Amino acid sequence: MKIVVLVKQVPDTYGERTLDPATGWIDRAGSDAVIDEIDERALEVALSYKDSHKGTEVVVLSMGSKAVTVGLRKGLAMGADSAVHVLDAALEGADVGWTAAAIAAALTSTGFDLVIAGNESTDGGGGVVPAMVAERLGLAHMTFLESVDISADQVAGERTTGQGTLRVHASLPAVISITENLPEARFPNFRGIMSAKKKPFRVASLGDLGIDPAVAFAGVGRSVVLQATKRPARTAGTKIVDEGNAGVKLADFLVAGHLI
Amino acid sequence: MYDLTEDQEALVGAVRDFASSALAPHAIEWDQTKHFPVDVLREAGELGLGGIYAQEDVGGAGLTRSDAVLIFEEIAKGDTTIAAYISIHNMVVWMIDTYGNEEQRQQWVPALASMEQLGSYCLTEPEAGSDASALTTSAVRDGDEYVINGVKQFISGAGSSSVYIVMTRTGGPGPKGISAIVVPDGTPGLSFGPNEKKMGWNAQPTRQVVFDNVRVPVANLLGEEGTGFHIAMKGLNGGRVNMGACSLGGAQWALDQAVRYLKERKAFGKLLVEQQSLLFTLADMETELQAARGLLRRAAWALDTNAPDVVSLCAMAKRFATDVSFTAANAALQLHGGYGYLADYGIEKVVRDLRVHQILEGSNEIMRLIVGRALVDDAA
Repeated sequence: MKIVVLVKQVPDTYGERTLDPATGWIDRAGSDAVIDEIDERALEVALSYKDSHKGTEVVVLSMGSKAVTVGLRKGLAMGADSAVHVLDAALEGADVGWTAAAIAAALTSTGFDLVIAGNESTDGGGGVVPAMVAERLGLAHMTFLESVDISADQVAGERTTGQGTLRVHASLPAVISITENLPEARFPNFRGIMSAKKKPFRVASLGDLGIDPAVAFAGVGRSVVLQATKRPARTAGTKIVDEGNAGVKLADFLVAGHLI
Repeated sequence: MYDLTEDQEALVGAVRDFASSALAPHAIEWDQTKHFPVDVLREAGELGLGGIYAQEDVGGAGLTRSDAVLIFEEIAKGDTTIAAYISIHNMVVWMIDTYGNEEQRQQWVPALASMEQLGSYCLTEPEAGSDASALTTSAVRDGDEYVINGVKQFISGAGSSSVYIVMTRTGGPGPKGISAIVVPDGTPGLSFGPNEKKMGWNAQPTRQVVFDNVRVPVANLLGEEGTGFHIAMKGLNGGRVNMGACSLGGAQWALDQAVRYLKERKAFGKLLVEQQSLLFTLADMETELQAARGLLRRAAWALDTNAPDVVSLCAMAKRFATDVSFTAANAALQLHGGYGYLADYGIEKVVRDLRVHQILEGSNEIMRLIVGRALVDDAA
């Protein structure tokens, strides 16, 4: 079984994150870069399968600037067997469409039985890349999984919708994305860290993946940020005064916000 | 020497993740309730903290002392007491890995390196502290066994540990009559005093270890008879650097808190950080901690390269780092005003914890003796 985990390096949610007013893009230099926590959980899904199924190969794949090396090395330290870094100046500022095209090409070149991604990223994200990648590869996709059960020839899981819980399964090869509901990732240990740099680390340009940007992205409209607005200052919250029906009011408030 | 390698950055990052999530949120509570978090130490073992510089064939991480000095500073930012205990545990592991024969290494190190088992180092006695070579705990050969009698004082981890390295007298008086013997927990005649009530270091137990006709196989002797004091002192070189690094981590954390507080807190119409005298205090703290960091890294390098002046450098680094770190932590407490004195802010805990680092692993007076003697002898 060969599992490729898609990881995205994002600014640490621990600190203040800002947009660059000129481009509308997130200011990546302004804070520490880490692997998106949901993607770490995706890696954990793959690694825990590998723990109980010897012979499983786990690959971490990322697209991004040179700085992504750090995140991929962490993935290797956590236990992935190899890393693929899609690095090309033409991809700077790539939107979801371009990103999905590049990742799909990298996946084809790497080979896989299962692709696992986080359902969305905590920086600039649309929550659609995994589905778009599956579309490009012509494979089944199951997104926003809250549980995952991998077997030799299929992957199954549950996803929650507004109406209830769907139990879904697909034959391999397939693409899935998981939510924060899955377990937290393990810490890399010292041995993993020291062995990480001995593991295969492939840096691939678009050319290496057989993509000519002029051809591949022709007609794939690329979204452009026209305007970015700062988050408004926090306003006072809603106060519910108990007049004997506070419970109902509270429930109504939560329902209105789709919180329960 | 000054830039960390890519590997070191990753090691420190991993320790930071561990210390900030598994230690820091609980440090105050563990101190207040005198809780020794054995379960969290197991997690530390998974990370590789149980055998940092033990060899890989017995489950160690095989890292250098230069790596370790960075690692201990980082653990201590999460909890100084736990960092210090991990240092003691590593000293035990290193001794067995270095001086043990193949059988002893395979028998003891793997479970210690994973921290499924904990280790304690037993040198000090009620009547023998700085003058350690005057120790009187005896080990008398009886057939294939040693019969051990005596009392060890201030033993970290005692009562919770599975493995005790005990410095015993097997021969005549003085350092040459001392041998290092491994005593496993549960051996008949081995018992422990009550958990001492201490100024700090509350999250690890400190007890007397009492040996009353404790019998262990002769196979538990580390190295040769009469080499125990040499082994004990070799272990302490590294222990001193680690303890200096633990002080530095605690003090660096306290300094970071002080900087944050002074940038938020207003008095007399302006932020405290705009009061020049307070800014100067921060500057002195930063300068002294950076100096300590430099000296610690130099001493760690001396350990890695077995430099001729390693003993003196380790003593200098320990003395200087533990002194300036205590002073800096105490200054951080003062800068926090009344809040610094409250347990909730964590500063007073660090001050209490760091105080003992000036006393143990060889008191700072003994460190001066080592440095002074080396200086005079070299000049002669």
